This record gives sequence, structure tokens and C-alpha cells, in this order.
Amino acid sequence: MPTEILMPALSPTMEEGNLSKWIKKEGDAVAPGDVIAEIETDKATMEVEAVDEGTLGKILIAEGTEGVKVNTAIALLLGEGESEADLDKTASKPASDASGDETAKTETEEKPSGGASVPAAPEIKIAADPDIPEGTEMVSTTVREALRDAMAEEMRRDGDVFVMGEEVAEYQGAYKVTQGLLQEFGDKRVVDTPITEHGFAGVGVGAAFAGLKPIVEFMTFNFAMQAIDQIVNSAAKTLYMAGGQMGAPIVFRGPNGAAARVAAQHSQCYAAWYGHIPGLKVVMPYTAADAKGLLKAAIRDPNPVIFLENEILYGQSFDVPMMDDFVLPIGKARIHKEGKDATIVSFGIGMTYAVKAAEELAGEGIDVEVIDLRTIRPMDLDTVIESVKKTNRLVTVEEGFPQSSVGAHIASQVMQRAFDYLDAPVITVAGKDVPMPYAANLEKLALPNVAEVVEAVKAVSYRS
Amino acid sequence: MARAASKTSAARSRSTKKGASGSAVQAPKPPKPEDFDKEQELHAYREMLLIRRFEEKAGQLYGMGLIGGFCHLYIGQEAVVVGMQMSMKDGDQVITGYRDHGHMLATGMEARGVMAELTGRRNGYSKGKGGSMHMFSKEKKFYGGHGIVGAQVPLGTGLAFANRYRGDDSVSITYFGDGAANQGQVYESFNMASLWKLPVVYIIENNRYAMGTAVARSSAETDFSHRGLSFKIPGIQVDGMDVRAVKAAGDLAVEWCRSGKGPIILEMQTYRYRGHSMSDPAKYRSKDEVQKMRSEHDPIEQVKQRLVANKWADEDELKAIDKEVREIVGDSAEFAQTDPEPDVSELYTDILL
Repeated sequence: MPTEILMPALSPTMEEGNLSKWIKKEGDAVAPGDVIAEIETDKATMEVEAVDEGTLGKILIAEGTEGVKVNTAIALLLGEGESEADLDKTASKPASDASGDETAKTETEEKPSGGASVPAAPEIKIAADPDIPEGTEMVSTTVREALRDAMAEEMRRDGDVFVMGEEVAEYQGAYKVTQGLLQEFGDKRVVDTPITEHGFAGVGVGAAFAGLKPIVEFMTFNFAMQAIDQIVNSAAKTLYMAGGQMGAPIVFRGPNGAAARVAAQHSQCYAAWYGHIPGLKVVMPYTAADAKGLLKAAIRDPNPVIFLENEILYGQSFDVPMMDDFVLPIGKARIHKEGKDATIVSFGIGMTYAVKAAEELAGEGIDVEVIDLRTIRPMDLDTVIESVKKTNRLVTVEEGFPQSSVGAHIASQVMQRAFDYLDAPVITVAGKDVPMPYAANLEKLALPNVAEVVEAVKAVSYRS
Repeated sequence: MARAASKTSAARSRSTKKGASGSAVQAPKPPKPEDFDKEQELHAYREMLLIRRFEEKAGQLYGMGLIGGFCHLYIGQEAVVVGMQMSMKDGDQVITGYRDHGHMLATGMEARGVMAELTGRRNGYSKGKGGSMHMFSKEKKFYGGHGIVGAQVPLGTGLAFANRYRGDDSVSITYFGDGAANQGQVYESFNMASLWKLPVVYIIENNRYAMGTAVARSSAETDFSHRGLSFKIPGIQVDGMDVRAVKAAGDLAVEWCRSGKGPIILEMQTYRYRGHSMSDPAKYRSKDEVQKMRSEHDPIEQVKQRLVANKWADEDELKAIDKEVREIVGDSAEFAQTDPEPDVSELYTDILL
């Protein structure tokens, strides 16, 4: 039977086109790749090439015809051993019918996907923090040391774990977080890179594709903007795009957010940015214990994890349990202080404002529950909502910009899931909607402060 | 990094010596195309024909609306991947950009799985979730299929980093085009690959046009084999339309990497017959130019002529190969149309492990 040559779709959006010219005439021999006709799409005039070998038996759509629907038979091709007599076998079928068939077929094919409802997002069940055995010694540790200890422990445990970044080895870390690692693990596993964020982020992801477990340190996350394509398009999406065959077990870590007096380009919080991306986990610890337990979890995690640290917190000390293997669950918030009157949710350095505000408010008789989110993605909204059901009031605190902030997301989720429990609108305390200024007084104004948090809690409590 | 530092200074002193003799990078001599035996010719013919016919079929299915979105065909460039594959051994990795169907077939990925991915069906290599530009096969060491121009270059360099880290002798074959060769991350990768002596062969497939922009309009240095000079990476220009030339250069490059000399660049001078993507009318070049390449330099026709001239295959035998290839392609197209779309439950799978 002769082969139908169909009007082709030649762009992602084309539905019909004009058959402007036949290059081959009836009776012409045609080989694959030969241009047989020209059609005009919505964008351009395109050549139609033959796919099969044969003789152009009959032209069904004359040149000059406009508005020819995609998939209409435009000609019949005679194969080897076929002659004009064979044309009748399909020639009796008008072209419009053929196109009608095609349309019908497409519609039936599309039904399963078009008619199906969107499945619910799977619920994520995350284990609680491990019990710390009675009598465990607590050691006052800086966040900096805790992070280093986490990396060292995981590097001892797994030879596939290595750390790479600018000044991580010989310089001992731009912020001394990788101090001592070169001496213990050598330059094969503690790799100084050139100043080339986009490049080494991609190299890290490639190594992770091949099964290694890189810890990529960014001197600060501000510089990771140069690498954000590799983080988002290569690291976060590959597992999905590969149908689960391969992904990137990698940690991107480094200081995030405002330090002190380093102005606009070096003072930015990326929690909301990375929190936006499916395929990433985003962790932002406050205490040294959380920093250690969560970084160990991040290194073991088979997914790409963004681990947002803070330069100002590096030197702060917290109790860390002295345990052989202290690993915390990613995706679980921690109730930093229980309370009954109002809930403050924060994370990372935002917790410093939250904790101080809660202390002040306690003095005024307002018993605040402080939740440290710890992980931005997946976000433990259950813990937040449980708290709101108890206190009926919510304030979020973060240093990042206010629009599309983490707090804005929490507020929207709480509104959707616990509206009836709210006794006041949620207040989101955030950095001001300005690039970070350099001048000391302006910088102070641009960041949130304890007074703002206190005021917000009073506002949601209708106390002044 | 103590060891690297000493290596660097050693390299520096060596290069000073070379500097004295007038050459910064001792590029290996471009090898002569090696003669293929009958078996190699037949293999190359069949593999290239499979890619050609597969791509023609993909174009047809696109025309029928069965393949959506962007679809970039490899027709004309077949000798590059087929010749390189003949130089590789098990364990070597392949990574490329979005014009990737040929690379996948060359690595031995199944036509059915590739075509079903193009039509977005559940038995495609990515379960229908990747499409033409994003396909992978862990089994065949094919690391994608990347849609962002140039992004595969650091990734391929990272594969080589892993090879060196593990101390195995695998080589990363990292393909990109003349367009991608102007991306900054390519040079960031060159620098690290050379600094750390990573086993990566950078294949620049110079098909003369980055989408619609001719090389001379986009590139200050149009000799892409020189693009590694600042990083002390040697480069060779190769007739990418001649599978024998590709194989000879590939052998040299792969051996260069395996022997610990670090990265090397092969500029494959090739040509794509079709537009950049399905919706590109390719008005930026003359029909004569395309026709000349097709009639005088076609990679498949060259092999065919040698097969016939050497009396290694007659018309019937070649037709039999053509028939076999057509059957594989026809079967893949049939499969890609009958295979169901992914189950809706797949929407939320494979996001996190």
C-alpha cells in the first residue's frame, strides 16, 4: 500500500500551515532526505524532507493551498514494486478524512493524561531527633568546630566523601571551617579550587553523578550565584529527568546571608531562593549541635543538599552532645522553647532575634513558643501548625528579603491549613526590601531586630 | 594542596623549557586516518546508518506531533560519535548537550528506549520525564543529555575527576558544540582539568553554526583546537566527516588521557544537514553549501563507497544492512507510539531519593 506523506508539524506550536511549493513532481523518484516540498509555518518557510524511499505517486494537496492542518495526507509515496494502480488503494480516501482520523486518534490518546486528576503530593514522614542517652557529656563547641567535626567524621566513615572549594585546604578555610582537614585527609580529599564557582560546582555535580559524595564549599553563597545553574539545573533536576537512574549526592555549603558591613553584593540570604526548587534539600541550622547533626545527615543524604551557614554564628558556642555518631533528621523542626501565648518561627541567624525577643516578652508575661525550622526544604509545617493550634498566633523571623520569603510561604500555608486557629493575621518579620547598605546605621535598619520581633508578637497578641 | 602545588611548579619548569624551544604545549601530531578493515567499515556503516535513519524517523514523528517541544537532529554528524565510540572501552563515560540521540545510540542504548522517551512514554529511558534533551543510561555510562548549552562541560570534567579520584583508567568523553565553546564555564573546566591532569577528552563538534550564528560571526578564534592553549591543553583538528579520521584521533586522545597526560581537545569539523531544531528553516546558509556537504562529504556515503570499491559488500548486502536498520527504527517508532504515557503517579516520583 502506498505510504501517506503527512503535513508535518515543524514547531512546538504549529497546528496548520500553507503548502507553498512542491519541489518533487508526480512520478519523481524520492530518496530519504530529499526535499519534496516547502511549507510555510507561522514562523518560517520550511523544507519537507522525504523519510522513505520511493516514487512520488500522487500529490493530494496542490501547491498554494493555505491552512493545511498538521497530519493531513499531502501526497502518496509508492514503494518498491508498487505502481500507479496501487494508488487507488488509498486514493479513494479523501485527505480530510485522513486528517479527521488523526485528530480523533490524538484526542483519544490524550484522554488519559488530559482527563486524569493531579495526584496528591506524597506525604513525607520524617523521624524525630534521636534520643540523647542520659548522662551524655555535653561539650561547648563553636558552630565552626561542629561543622568541621561533622565533615571529619563523615570523611573517616566514607572514602567517597571529599571536600572542595576555594581555600579549603592549605589556607585551612577562608573562615577556618575546614581547619585541619588537609592534614588528616590529604590533598586528594581536600581540594583547593581556583576561583571558579560555576566550574567547580559543575565538577562537583559530575563527580556526584559518578557516585562520589562531594562537599562543595562556597566561600560565601553570594558567589554561588555564579553556579546556580549547575545547582538548580544539573544537581536538583537530574534524578527526575533521568527517571530515577542517577542523581547527585552532593552538599553545597558555606556562609549565607549578611555578615557585617560587607554591603549589597555580599549580604544576601538564599533560603527562599533554594527553598523554591524541587529536587533540593535546604538546611539552615542555628545551634552547633544542629549544625553538626544536620551536616552529617546532609553528607549521607543521596540528594543534593544546600547547607546554609552564617559567618556571625561560626564563632558562637553551644552544647553539643559527645556521641559517636550524632546525626539529626533533615526536614524536622526543633521546638527551641515551649510556650503557650504566641509562636515565633525562625531559622539560622534569625533565631538570635527570636530567642532574645522571647526572653524580653517573658518579662512582660507573654510566654512565646520558639520553633527553629532548621530545614527550609522539606519544611516541617506540621510542627508549626501544631504550635499555632496551641498559641493561635504566629510571627516568622528571617533576614532575607520580604517578597516571596520563607515567612511568606509559612504564612500562606498556615492560612490554608489552620485558618480557623488563627486569632490574628500572621506577621512576617524580614529584612527590608532594599539592597544591603554599607553605612553602619543603614545596615542596622535594613536587618530585622529584636524590637521588631517583640512588637510583632505584641501585635498578634493585641497587646501594646 | 601540597601535592598539586609541587605538580604545578614541576609543570611550570617543564613549560619554561618548552618555552625556550618555542612551544608552550607539545600537541601530538594529528594522526592520519587509519585504514579500516572490512569488519570496521561494516560496523561504522551500520552504526551511522542507524543514527541517520533513527533521526529521520524522529523528524517524521515530530512532524506528526508525536514528539513535542525541542528536537535537535544529528543528521550529518554521525561519524563523530561512531568513530569515538570505536576508540573507547568499557568504563569510559559519555556526556553531551541536547543534540544527543546519536550519542545515545552509539553507546548502545536501545532505539526503543530512546524513541519512547522522545514521544514521552513510560518505557523511555527517563520514564518519559526527560524528553529529547534529557536522557541518561547509567548502564551504558551515558551521563546525559543536557539542555543548558555548555553545562555538560564541567559535569564531564567532574566525571573525569571521579575517575582520577578512584584511580581507575576510565576516560570521560565530553562533547560540546562550537556554540558552547564560547561559554565561560568551558574555560573554567579547561583550567581545572589541566591543573589536575584529569582524564577528559573534550570533543568540540564544530558543525559551523551555533543555532543560526556562523562560527566566524561568534568566535574570535575559529580554530577550536587552539581553545585550550591558555590552559596547556593540546588540541587537534579532525575531519569529523571521515569516521576513520575520528577513530584515529580518538585512539590518540583516549590513550593520551589514560597515560596520565591530562585533558586533550579534539575539534571535529563536521556539519549538520538539518536546521538547529525542527522549527529552524536554516536560512542562514545556502542550499548549495548543504548540498555540497551532502554530496561530497557525507560520512555514510564515504564508507559505502569504500565498501563497494574494496568489494567488501555488494548492493544486496548493503541493502540488507539498510533493511535491518530500518526494522530497528520502525520497531522503535511503533513501540514509541504504542507504549503508554507514564502513569500519573510518576508525577511525584524521582524528585528525591
